[in-house]
Amino acid sequence: MNDSPRAAPPRFFPQHGRHLLGLQGMHPTRIVPFLDLAESYALMNRSRQTPRDRLRGRTVINLFFEDSTRTRTSFELAAKRLGADVVNMTVATSSVNKGETLLDTAATLNAMRTDLLVVRHSQSGAPALLARKVEACVINAGDGTHEHPTQALLDALTIRRHFGTLHGLTVAICGDVSHSRVARSNIHLLTAMGARVRVVGPPTLIPGAIGALGVDVHYTMEDGLRDADVVMMLRMQRERMNGGQVPSPREYFRFYGLDLKRLALARPEALVMHPGPMNRGVEIESRVADSDQSVIREQVEMGVAVRMAVLDLLSRAGDQT
Amino acid sequence: MTASPLSAPPILFENVRLIDPARGLDRPGRLLVQGGVIAGTDLPGAEGVPEGARQVDGGGAVLCPGLVDMRVAIGEPGFEYRETVASAARAAAAGGVTTMAVLPNSQPAIDDPALVRHLRARGEETGTVSILPYGALTRRCEGTEMAEIGLLDEAGAVAFTDGTRALADARMMRLALTYARGFDALVVQHPEDPSLARGGCATDGELATRLGLPGIPTAAEAIMIARDLRLAELTRGRLHFAHVSTAEGLELIRAAKARGLRVTCDTAPPYFDLNETAIGDFRTYAKLSPPLRGEVDRLAVCAALADGTIDAIASDHAPCDADDKRQPFAVASAGGTGLATLLAVTLARVHGGTLSLIDALGLLTHRPATLLGSDAGTLADGAEADLCLFDLDRAWKIEADALPGRARNTPFDGRAVEGRVLGTWKAGRQVYGQDAA
Repeated sequence: MNDSPRAAPPRFFPQHGRHLLGLQGMHPTRIVPFLDLAESYALMNRSRQTPRDRLRGRTVINLFFEDSTRTRTSFELAAKRLGADVVNMTVATSSVNKGETLLDTAATLNAMRTDLLVVRHSQSGAPALLARKVEACVINAGDGTHEHPTQALLDALTIRRHFGTLHGLTVAICGDVSHSRVARSNIHLLTAMGARVRVVGPPTLIPGAIGALGVDVHYTMEDGLRDADVVMMLRMQRERMNGGQVPSPREYFRFYGLDLKRLALARPEALVMHPGPMNRGVEIESRVADSDQSVIREQVEMGVAVRMAVLDLLSRAGDQT
Repeated sequence: MTASPLSAPPILFENVRLIDPARGLDRPGRLLVQGGVIAGTDLPGAEGVPEGARQVDGGGAVLCPGLVDMRVAIGEPGFEYRETVASAARAAAAGGVTTMAVLPNSQPAIDDPALVRHLRARGEETGTVSILPYGALTRRCEGTEMAEIGLLDEAGAVAFTDGTRALADARMMRLALTYARGFDALVVQHPEDPSLARGGCATDGELATRLGLPGIPTAAEAIMIARDLRLAELTRGRLHFAHVSTAEGLELIRAAKARGLRVTCDTAPPYFDLNETAIGDFRTYAKLSPPLRGEVDRLAVCAALADGTIDAIASDHAPCDADDKRQPFAVASAGGTGLATLLAVTLARVHGGTLSLIDALGLLTHRPATLLGSDAGTLADGAEADLCLFDLDRAWKIEADALPGRARNTPFDGRAVEGRVLGTWKAGRQVYGQDAA
C-alpha cells in the first residue's frame, strides 16, 4: 500500500473463457480459429452442405432486448444450419417491461436448460451481467456502445478473404465511433491481428481517449482515407444529427459522407464496408454502396458463417467445462 | 443523552494508546469514564479511580474519540428497504462511528424543522449513534426555491446541502450562500456540473471508452468548484465541498484556502483507496457518485490529505439494495456503503506512510466535528464518552456478505486491510465489541 502508481489488477479484463462477450484483449491464437472455421462454413453454406448434426439437441435462445432483425436472423440461420433448436425472444415487448429484472430473465433461462444464449441489449455490460448468472454460454450480439464481437469477426473474415491477411493493412473506420460497438470490436480485433487502424469522424463523435486503443485519429475524410486498404463506414444515428453532435444530415454528408471522389483517395483496390443498415445519402452515397469495391453483401453472407463458427466453437468449449 | 448514563458503572481503560487529535495527544495511558463522560486521561496509579469501576485492558490498542462521519445517507425516511436508522446504527457501531451527519435528500426531503427534530430523536433512540441532520438547502432538494434555512438551523440542522444533487443554478447558489451567512451556516455542495455529468456513469477516459460507458469529464468537478469558489468570494459565505476526487478540484481549493477563503472540503475512502479500474468488468458495486477516477487523481487525493487541503474524511455511506445494483452498469444505482469500513480503509494511508496516525484520526473526529459545530470528537475531560478502541495492525478482509447492517454494497469487497475496531462506546455505554451490553 505505498504511493507508487498502481498497476491494473490482473482481473482488469477477464476473458470469460466459455463466453464470447467481447474481443478486447483476445489473442490472435483465439481469434484465428473462429475465422478459419467460419471460412469453411462459408464454403459449406454456398454448397448447401452444412453439418446439421453439429448442434443437434442443443438449444439456442436469441434474447434480443433491442430490435435487430438482421443480426437475429443471421444468428437464427446459423444455429439452424447446425441443427440446433432455436427460440427467439424479443424482449422489448415482454416481461422486462413488466418489471422483471435482467437477472429474473436469467433464472428463467437457466430453468429452461439453454445451451447457448445470444444476447443483444441496449446497455453496455448487460451480457457480462447475464454471463455471471446463467449456465449457458453467452454470446454478445451487441451491447450498448461496448462491443459487437461477431460483427468484427465477420468483417475480419471478409477482409481476409480479399487480401489473404489482416497484417499490415490500413483500415479506416469512419463515422460515429463514440457510440459504436462495431468500431470498438473492430479496433480490438484488427489491432490484435496487426492491421493499422484509423478512426475518422467529427471530433464530437470520436472519444478523446480513443488513441489509447492503438488507433490513429483523423478529423477529415481526406486525411483518413488516404491510401487505406479498407474503408469501413459506421451507421449514423439520425437522432444525433439534429444539432446534438452534428448540426444536420446535409452538413454531415458534406464533410463525412463517403462518395466516389473521397473513395478515390484510398487504394484503387480498397474495400468498402458497412455493418448495415445503411443510410444512403447520409454516411454513404448509393453509387459507392453499390460499386464493385463494396463488399457489404458479402459481409452479410460471412455473418452467417461466422456465427456458425462461434456457436460451434463455444458449444465445444462448454462441453469441456 | 443516551440510556441512563448516571446508572452506567464507571469504566477504566488501561493499557491503551490514547490519541486525541483535538489536543495533539498521543501517548500510552489510561482513561476513566464516569457518568457517561470522560473523567480523566491523566491518572497516576490508582488515585481517583472509583470503586467498582469496570476495567478494560486495551492490550496496547488505540483509544480515540468515536468517529464523526460527516456524510452518510440512510434509507430513512423513504427508502427503508435499503437501510433503516437501526441498521445504519449497527454498521456505525461496528465501524467505531458514534456521530454521523445524515443527508437530507430522503423522501420526504429534510426541509422542515419537524423532520430535523425527528431525525435527531431517531438517533437518540438507537442509543448507539448521534444523528446530526443536514437541512435541505432548497425545498425538496430540487434546487429552485430556498429552504427555511433559519428554522432548520434552529431545529438543529448542522449544515445545508441538497445531498447527492448539485445545486446547479448559479443565482440560487449565490442566494443560498448569502442568506446562510446570516446564520453563519455552512453550505455543502456536491461538486459536479449536472449538465456535463448528465447520463454519465464513469470518468471520461480510456477505461470508459473501452467499456462503452458514457463518461463524465473530471472537469465537471473543477468547473463547479471554480464557480462556487467565486460565489463564496462574492458572498463571503461558508462553503464546503463534499467528496472531492480530482487533482484539478483539489488544486482550486488549495489555492482558494491560500487566498483566505472560508472554504473546506472532504473526501471519501474510495477516492484515495481505489481507482477506476475497480469497475473493471462492469462491477456495479464500484459505481459511485462522483465516479471513481484515474490513478493520477487518486494520488492527488492522497497528497491533499497529507498537506491539509482536505479537512475531513467521510464515509459517503450510500446504501443500495441488491436489486439497485444488479443492473447493467449505466442503470445501476450509484453509491457504496462505508460506515463499517471507514476507519480500516483510512488506516491504509497510515500504513502506507502518507498520513500520520494522529492526522488520520483528526480527519475522522474533531475536524469534521468542528466543521459541523459539534462538540463530539475529543477525549477532553467532561466530553461525552464516545470512544473507539481499535487494533492498529490487526489484519482482516472486507467481505460484502459479512458486513453489519442491511446494505452490503461495498466497493471494497475482498480488500485486505489492517486495523480493526475492537470496541465502540457511546456516552460510556459499550455498543460494539466483545462484552457489548
